[in-house]
Amino acid sequence: MLIRRPADVLPSEITSPATFARRRELLAALGLGAAGAALSGLGLPGRALAASVERGGNGFPPVAKAAPGSPWFSDEALTPKSTITSYGNFYEYGVDKTDPGKYAPGLLKTRPWTVAVEGEVLKPRTFAIDDLLKLAPLEERIYRLRCVEGWSMVVPWVGFPLAELIKKVEPTGNAKFVEFVTLADPVQMPGVRSPLLDWPYVEGLRLDEARHPLTLLGLGLYGEALPAQNGAPVRLVVPWKYGFKSAKSIVKIRFVREQPTSTWTRAAPSEYGFYSNVNPEVAHPRWSQKSERRLGEFRRRPTLPFNGYADQVASLYAGMDLKKNF
Amino acid sequence: MHPSPATPRRAAPIPLPPYTPGRGMLATIKIVLFAVCLIPALRLATAFLGDGLGPNPIEELQKALGFWTLTFLWITLAVTPLRQLTGQHWLVRLRRMLGLFAFFYGCLHFANWLGLDMGFDTELILDDLTERPFAVLGFVTLLLMAPLAATSSNRAIKLLGGKRWQALHRLVYAVAILGMAHYLWGVKKIALTTPLIFAALLVVLLGYRAWDRARRYTPAGRGEAPGEMPRVVPTVTVQPVRFMERPK
Repeated sequence: MLIRRPADVLPSEITSPATFARRRELLAALGLGAAGAALSGLGLPGRALAASVERGGNGFPPVAKAAPGSPWFSDEALTPKSTITSYGNFYEYGVDKTDPGKYAPGLLKTRPWTVAVEGEVLKPRTFAIDDLLKLAPLEERIYRLRCVEGWSMVVPWVGFPLAELIKKVEPTGNAKFVEFVTLADPVQMPGVRSPLLDWPYVEGLRLDEARHPLTLLGLGLYGEALPAQNGAPVRLVVPWKYGFKSAKSIVKIRFVREQPTSTWTRAAPSEYGFYSNVNPEVAHPRWSQKSERRLGEFRRRPTLPFNGYADQVASLYAGMDLKKNF
Repeated sequence: MHPSPATPRRAAPIPLPPYTPGRGMLATIKIVLFAVCLIPALRLATAFLGDGLGPNPIEELQKALGFWTLTFLWITLAVTPLRQLTGQHWLVRLRRMLGLFAFFYGCLHFANWLGLDMGFDTELILDDLTERPFAVLGFVTLLLMAPLAATSSNRAIKLLGGKRWQALHRLVYAVAILGMAHYLWGVKKIALTTPLIFAALLVVLLGYRAWDRARRYTPAGRGEAPGEMPRVVPTVTVQPVRFMERPK
């Protein structure tokens, strides 16, 4: 099918020169200031400062940084790395928001790691993680992330469009959906011993959603390899949908004919639909979705349709009733 | 429950009169209890101001304040079974403070939602109250607690009269059940462990009362004469002296 790429620079994304100039200062202050503040406490000024500047260390491939003017850039303040890595939902490590950050780094082994790509494709293939890292040039994408629970972040992801991987395996005409299956190893992920959810965690996208240029195969964060608690070594990033659609620690990608049932839809169909697009007009059964709290901010801000990516993705859902297909 | 001598092996033990703290002792106990009840609030305040609640402090605060509201409510409900089972009837004199602390934490829970979470934004608040049935339920629960807190003084008891005061204060059962429903409704279906523990404790606390009441209605139970009108209010708690006169 025809995929419409958005214009490289949308009018809404053009930054005024004044803001642009101020932004660079801001970024510098943020990046170096934050690193410096963290380090003074640790007494390791030199080393970690170098690590934050010399991106892509530890064998992680070089990353093309998102720059103002790129559609993958956002001039909103980045959520600090310490927040992104210490707060989130990854129920394989426990239901508390701080559980993943506490337990995943010590338990998850990301080497060796393979991702099997199978189903309705001409060239099924199993990718080793190191091959995946080389499949396409890595780029930084600054995306907003909105959790269905009403909090949000701004995250500098690293990865490449999932479309690049899809091209390589050549889906057949029968492929209508893509299913993502994630690791469920009780040794590395103690949370899967509890019957809270149906493990392994499964998510799905329509093929056109999976091919959309915004959809990212996430491999890194803040210029470095993904931390364990953020879904290392490979995860999905779909910024116009609630965060839980972006499956973490993927081991299998299946191209299928029928719409997959995602884990959360199975657990509570009235609360979590297949599409789960960020939509202020469709309330969660227990709370409004009209506003959100950006972590680090005091006041709530209004939630935007498609998490602010409506210009790019609204056409995917032309003619659909998004209240029914929530 | 009063100690009833089982078949004695030696001489029948003479039942000791239940312990009653003297005036000064009771005052000391109350002061200590007051300080203990304030600990959660002080700890949350220092954690909130000192960045100890993580990246989403307002939500953490909200959860913790809700937790303490129900905890104090449950402790309040535990006083009657506890004093009946242990014979420590003086415990009832701590109940008012415990109930007021439940209301205090409930008010903080509500204020946190209204002020810090919603930022006093009328539109956001109305959205929540129309789209979050569990929030409405919480609000109603707090509203029902208010008359209980307002009539907690000795003067209010005198003004209302013991019977009416007690009838009004039976609202606490509705408060507990609605508060429990608010909690169960507000959490994810898969994060039910703590709420279910609360629910189980509530079943025990209310179940005890049902059981206690049922056995009093049975002529064979607790020595009430057959045909005698069962006491509508089995545990009189209004006048500190009267509960000593319970029929044996």
